[in-house]
Amino acid sequence: MFRFIVSRLLQAIPVLLVVITATFFLVRAAPGGPFSAEKTVAPEVIKALEAQYKLDQPVWQQYLSYLNDLAHGDFGPSFRYPGRSVDELIAGGLPITAELAFYAMLVAIIIGVSAGVLAALKPNTPQDYVPMSAAMIGICMPSFLMGPLLVLIFGIWLEWLPVSGWGDLPGDKILPAITLGSGYAAFLARLSRGGMLEVMSQDYIRTARAKGLPEWVVVLKHGLRGGLIPVIAFLGPAFAGLLSGSFVVETIFQIPGLGRFYVQAAFNRDYTMILGTTVFFATLVVLFNLLSDIIAVWINPKLRHQLREGK
Amino acid sequence: MRNKIFGLTVLTTTLLITTLLMGGCSGGENNVTTGNRDGILHWGNGTDPQELDPHIVTGIPEHHILTALLEGLVAKDPATLEPVAAVAKEWSISEDGKTYTFKLRHNAVWSNGDPVTAHDFAWSWWRALQPALGNQYAYMLFPIKNSEAYAKGEIDDFSQVGVKVLDDYTLEVELNNATPYFLQLLDHYSMFPVHRPTIEKFGKPDERGSLWTRPGNFVGNGPFTLKEWKLFKRVEVVKNPQYWDAGKVKLNGIHFHPIENVTTEERMFRSGQLHHTGSIPIDKVATYKKDKPHLLHTYPYLGNYFYRINTKLPHLSDQRVRQALAMSIDSKQLTEQVTKGGEVPAYTFTPPNTLGYNAKSAFEFNPEKARKLLAEAGYPDGKDFPVTELLYNTSESHRKIAVAIQQMWNQYLGVNIILNNQDWKVYLDSVGNGDYSIARAGWIGDYVDPNTFLDMWVTEGGNNHTGWSNPRYDELILKLAPTIPDRAMRYKLMAEAEAILLEDMPIIPIYIYNSKSLVHPSLKGLQPNILDYVLYKNLSLDPSLSGVNIH
Repeated sequence: MFRFIVSRLLQAIPVLLVVITATFFLVRAAPGGPFSAEKTVAPEVIKALEAQYKLDQPVWQQYLSYLNDLAHGDFGPSFRYPGRSVDELIAGGLPITAELAFYAMLVAIIIGVSAGVLAALKPNTPQDYVPMSAAMIGICMPSFLMGPLLVLIFGIWLEWLPVSGWGDLPGDKILPAITLGSGYAAFLARLSRGGMLEVMSQDYIRTARAKGLPEWVVVLKHGLRGGLIPVIAFLGPAFAGLLSGSFVVETIFQIPGLGRFYVQAAFNRDYTMILGTTVFFATLVVLFNLLSDIIAVWINPKLRHQLREGK
Repeated sequence: MRNKIFGLTVLTTTLLITTLLMGGCSGGENNVTTGNRDGILHWGNGTDPQELDPHIVTGIPEHHILTALLEGLVAKDPATLEPVAAVAKEWSISEDGKTYTFKLRHNAVWSNGDPVTAHDFAWSWWRALQPALGNQYAYMLFPIKNSEAYAKGEIDDFSQVGVKVLDDYTLEVELNNATPYFLQLLDHYSMFPVHRPTIEKFGKPDERGSLWTRPGNFVGNGPFTLKEWKLFKRVEVVKNPQYWDAGKVKLNGIHFHPIENVTTEERMFRSGQLHHTGSIPIDKVATYKKDKPHLLHTYPYLGNYFYRINTKLPHLSDQRVRQALAMSIDSKQLTEQVTKGGEVPAYTFTPPNTLGYNAKSAFEFNPEKARKLLAEAGYPDGKDFPVTELLYNTSESHRKIAVAIQQMWNQYLGVNIILNNQDWKVYLDSVGNGDYSIARAGWIGDYVDPNTFLDMWVTEGGNNHTGWSNPRYDELILKLAPTIPDRAMRYKLMAEAEAILLEDMPIIPIYIYNSKSLVHPSLKGLQPNILDYVLYKNLSLDPSLSGVNIH
């Protein structure tokens, strides 16, 4: 197991290096500079700004010094927010985005898995069709439609929940969590239905039933364990996706998270910010993939066995 | 192990339920109600402020916050936009209009108790001109003698710049020319004073982004002081008891909410989270006009929407072609049916009634004449008209306008124009490099004077980008008008210049912007003006109107 983790971590290094290098040169190749504005900026001002952010140096030198800073955990200063470092901006936005992603994940798991399991228990009956059709709608409905719709119903018509904000008013985290989580809930529902259907026809389930166990024990203890393996494999990338994909929800609900300035940074040509967030998200994706692999091994006896035999 | 999954499921369920029920339904009071009770104004403020250093920032959201935190020598009367006393209690202007002497009030102090003196202004302006600071608005100081040469590094000696401290409370400013709008510039943030000891405590004077602007560090001289700056969340300011006119300040504080998305902002307003929005979604204007006109505030704005024409291209270098294009745009129909926000069709470049200045409109919507001009230029009914692109930066509203105008040109002139949209920064590059045929543009005046609209069109002007040049125009704008202190005389020369511009048509004015906002009835003291200028010390909140139905 230890060797497995170490080798996976080592594999991550070239991946990240490629991401950094590609992003570094791509942002610089994009037309339009970080300091251009509608009202033409005086050349001497541009020069002073470029000198300040080392943009007057040759590109390879900028690249090397960026790698060097990065190795020391320094993402550099943000171009758009003069007094802020990229580290500071990421550190400020990350807890909020992570919290949002966590709640969205809970919503997704609870709604998704229970719908999937219910559907799998009585396949091809209304108990299957209803949640699965709902899941299809959930997959199809984008969050920029779902969000405003929920706000309109629960925020403005019923006045039950706040329409925006994060941690300012009681209950203001509910709508964003549901909006972000619903698409994933739908996906999880389909995955867990498939997984459960396969498992429930296995011999060991029949054995469990033959032992006279009550049906709910059979389902929850024996069925879920095998049925959820595809779900768990999906959770790692899904969580990374939730973290990096929260832009729309953060904009709709006015949430001061990471996703929002990831996208803004690209529009602003805030080179260091684009790089910083990209590298950061790339690392997260790698780590969460690794994490879900580890959990899969831990849960799935077949994989564990393979690993022990030196595979 | 066997029970892990089961346990995990139970745990997550419990967690989720607790989370979501945490606080349950809101049902509590909204920002407007609590704000009215506590005297806190909730202000929708557009994008997140980049910085709070007046010599670094460039945006309107920053402008709003800084006018609450700092105060210049003079301010403006929001009703008339004429200068009123601020830190300077009085001033005199020499006969030739070139020397201004400001008498500062003795009771103006910084929020830490230090007196605000003439030295503060001299030092602040020195700082604003430091090249390393990268101040994009340094040019606002350029009417001051030798300041431009100093900012560009042509002279090193600041004592040659026309700023002189006569004593602690007297400041003399010498200008290059009589600049009748000089007083207008003084409440622009680039001319605001900053507190020298604070800046020096946190870094070098010309250091970008030192920590002096953070809450707890910031020392200002405005009616409010900085209390909290939560990134992407809000900036909170509270009443400054040290402010010389504190007795007149009615609000106890302001929360500036950065909200980039206008739709979100409108929803926040409707749910009582904001007293005032910075804008309103275009497609909601008509509904508000019809159902809730008392909430919708619109007013002409000192800015315009126009198209630049690249006069360097062979077919567009023909004045008749440019006139034909301009005369076949029905901007009345465009503003009524496409933009629909109450914008005013523009037939001049300077918005009408810019502090008493009115240019003569030199063109009108006249498709017949346009067709004739185009035929004279060699393209009867648009035949053989070269491929021409209309460039705009990616945005739904720019696209709608471009499509409408594309159709008008096709209908009235028979020419086919290709639409091209580019991301903002790419678009800026294309326009700046003259890599376009016709390009959408907007211009917001820096101060209330026709000069801010006209000096950009001089030959090789930094914002010209059309390749257009006219010697008489340059002479009027650069040589003749600046030397005349008399407003009416000067306006006459300006109008002559604008007539040349509109006759030659390197640009097509389309409409005058207007400011649009939603205002809660409990917010009192707002005075509409073409600068959308707000004097926060005049505002107040009426708690008896908290419960007014705004749905």
